[in-house]
Amino acid sequence: YVSTYADFTPQATFDIKKCDLHKLEEGPPLQAVLTREEGLQYYRTMQTIRRMELKADQLYKQKIIRGFCHLYDGQEACAVGIETGINLSDHLITAYRAHGYTLTRGGTVREIMAELTGRRGGIAKGKGGSMHMYTKHFYGGNGIVGAQVPLGAGVALACKYLGNNEICVCLYGDGAANQGQIFETYNMASLWKLPCIFICENNKYGMGTSVERAAASTDYYKRGDFIPGLRLDGMDVLCVREATKFAAEHCRSGKGPILMELQTYRYHGHSMSDPGVSYRTREEIQEVRSKSDPISMLKDRMLSNNMASVEELKEIDVEVRKEIEDAAQFATTDPEPPLDDLCNHIFYNDPPMEVRGTNPWTKLKSVS
Amino acid sequence: MAATRLFLRASPVKCSLTGLTGGVHSSLGLTLLKLSPACTAKPQAQRRHAAHFTYHPEPAPSQYGPTQKMNLFQSVTSALDNTLAGDPTAVIFGEDVAFGGVFRCTVGLRDKYGKDRVFNTPLCEQGIVGFGIGAAAAGATAIAEIQFADYIYPAFDQIVNEAAKYRYRSGNMFDCGKLTIRSPWGCVGHGSIYHSQCPEAFFTHCPGIKIVVPRGPVQAKGLLLSCIADQNPCIFFEPKILYRAAVEQVPTEAYQIPLSQAEVLQEGSDLTLVAWGTQVHVLKEVAAMAQEKLGVSCELIDLRTILPWDTETVCKSVVKTGRLLISHEAPVTGGFAAEISSTVQVRVRWEIKAFYFHRGWSTYGSL
Repeated sequence: YVSTYADFTPQATFDIKKCDLHKLEEGPPLQAVLTREEGLQYYRTMQTIRRMELKADQLYKQKIIRGFCHLYDGQEACAVGIETGINLSDHLITAYRAHGYTLTRGGTVREIMAELTGRRGGIAKGKGGSMHMYTKHFYGGNGIVGAQVPLGAGVALACKYLGNNEICVCLYGDGAANQGQIFETYNMASLWKLPCIFICENNKYGMGTSVERAAASTDYYKRGDFIPGLRLDGMDVLCVREATKFAAEHCRSGKGPILMELQTYRYHGHSMSDPGVSYRTREEIQEVRSKSDPISMLKDRMLSNNMASVEELKEIDVEVRKEIEDAAQFATTDPEPPLDDLCNHIFYNDPPMEVRGTNPWTKLKSVS
Repeated sequence: MAATRLFLRASPVKCSLTGLTGGVHSSLGLTLLKLSPACTAKPQAQRRHAAHFTYHPEPAPSQYGPTQKMNLFQSVTSALDNTLAGDPTAVIFGEDVAFGGVFRCTVGLRDKYGKDRVFNTPLCEQGIVGFGIGAAAAGATAIAEIQFADYIYPAFDQIVNEAAKYRYRSGNMFDCGKLTIRSPWGCVGHGSIYHSQCPEAFFTHCPGIKIVVPRGPVQAKGLLLSCIADQNPCIFFEPKILYRAAVEQVPTEAYQIPLSQAEVLQEGSDLTLVAWGTQVHVLKEVAAMAQEKLGVSCELIDLRTILPWDTETVCKSVVKTGRLLISHEAPVTGGFAAEISSTVQVRVRWEIKAFYFHRGWSTYGSL
């Protein structure tokens, strides 16, 4: 018995959780329409991110990826949901937990994994690593916590100035929410009505510190004070999508910035050197995995509404696995960047400039 | 990457600038040394370098009482333990210090001394240092931790504009001398651009603060206790690659090693080597290599306090040897070696004008 397209429900409407609102009269809709194609696409993307992160975990333990590696599994609904709420021509900037966003913003798994292993096929030519990945309209990938938020406001200013109806999404975490420069940015963005969506990905732990121990107010969506805010379930991709669409509309209509808090969770520790269980219990992680896993949630919705079959989703899993395997193979075998690359792109220079070498008689070339 | 400045007294043999490639090597009788595989000028077959030096523990000091085997982070814990025990106003704060710190420098202190003396701050470096300045000005011995030296820049304004100038601008009415800022520092092999920086040069441009970098556990404890006791705000950079790698017999009681005193680690007659932190160990190996392969006798100086630095010891040594080589991990342009070499050049008078060379990479220290 072969299922045909005609057997599946083409689209369904789902109830989504109401958002908590701050300085807003009304929030995003309480229902979301999901088509079969969209569902399969979200499933594929989230599964790709999940498998990519697990592969990165494996490669890190094999010491093929070294240095710092901050994994995104558990938070896939945020990246995918946000991307579906905005256009590829909009702008996005985030902190170091960036692999998921690099993918949704147009990167390929091959490039991302090669960047993790530091090879020349990497998305930043192997010179950035896990924390510094970029694509067109995706400004990284930033190591210093909180520093990316004023940058994002600047990008939003450029959008407003150029009048191209684009917006900038500035992401930061619950730990970064206590940095001073974020509040400076709130003020500037609000004063000048910049088309900026501030999104706090609250995964309940800033490295090893739980939010209650770090913040006087854990209502991150209210911390913008004069900036309207939304708090929503970041594990539900439809919730994130509707809220992002709502926020994008708010910005594009010239009303100024808006703040979203996505309540989400990361399964891995802060980074690969953090087992992730010294500040939270394994039971807690297990509970989130079983009750609120974003991929399972979407899968259940689609299966129970007959929007896809188990075999179809399994097939997607197999394809995703293959893609990740190929990418890992590429990432392991691609050569490292050449030593000539050491001094390139320090400055912008035309013609190439010389950089001092380790003795006065050698100069290294810096090409840009 | 290590940057070095080689400062030569013009020897009786003429050396012109054009003869600088092979010619200079032979005319001066001194082949320029390869400092480490990572610093060679010739591009090499790419291979992964682990720590490029071996740590040799120094003999246990006998004058400070009983000793115990400790590595660098344990010696820091010991110093902080002594401080909290002896000084009831002492408090330690920073990101994640309560559970012991990301490098385990504060393990056990919260349990021993209580949560109002060892506490976490949120993620806010500027806030941490500003808060520390206030606490110190009000009379507490404030020991702030900045989780990585790379993150110290949001606090740069507080350190340079507030902490360093407090005593001066208040006419000695107020000061934050009881503030000490501790921070892991330096290349560690896998840190990349944001977990490997050596920012001491930025701060040396600022009078009013002291900057100290130890080379090992015994030095770290003594120097940290001196910094805490010192009546000026101090920044104490701890070489993170040595946290576990450096193990020595360290006295368990409190003791102080004086600040602004460089230490001559080995005497020599041909070349003065100056370094601080991790590079001291690299240069120890260099000195051994030079003696064995070239018959060059090197005098090795650990600067210890970067600001204010011990000009006397370094100049005295250069007068003796006539040649100076300074090595540091930070980029060469504007690195602290520039300050040392220009000061030495001014203060040590030569009959003949001397030449000096800068070696090093002006690219990011950790690539």
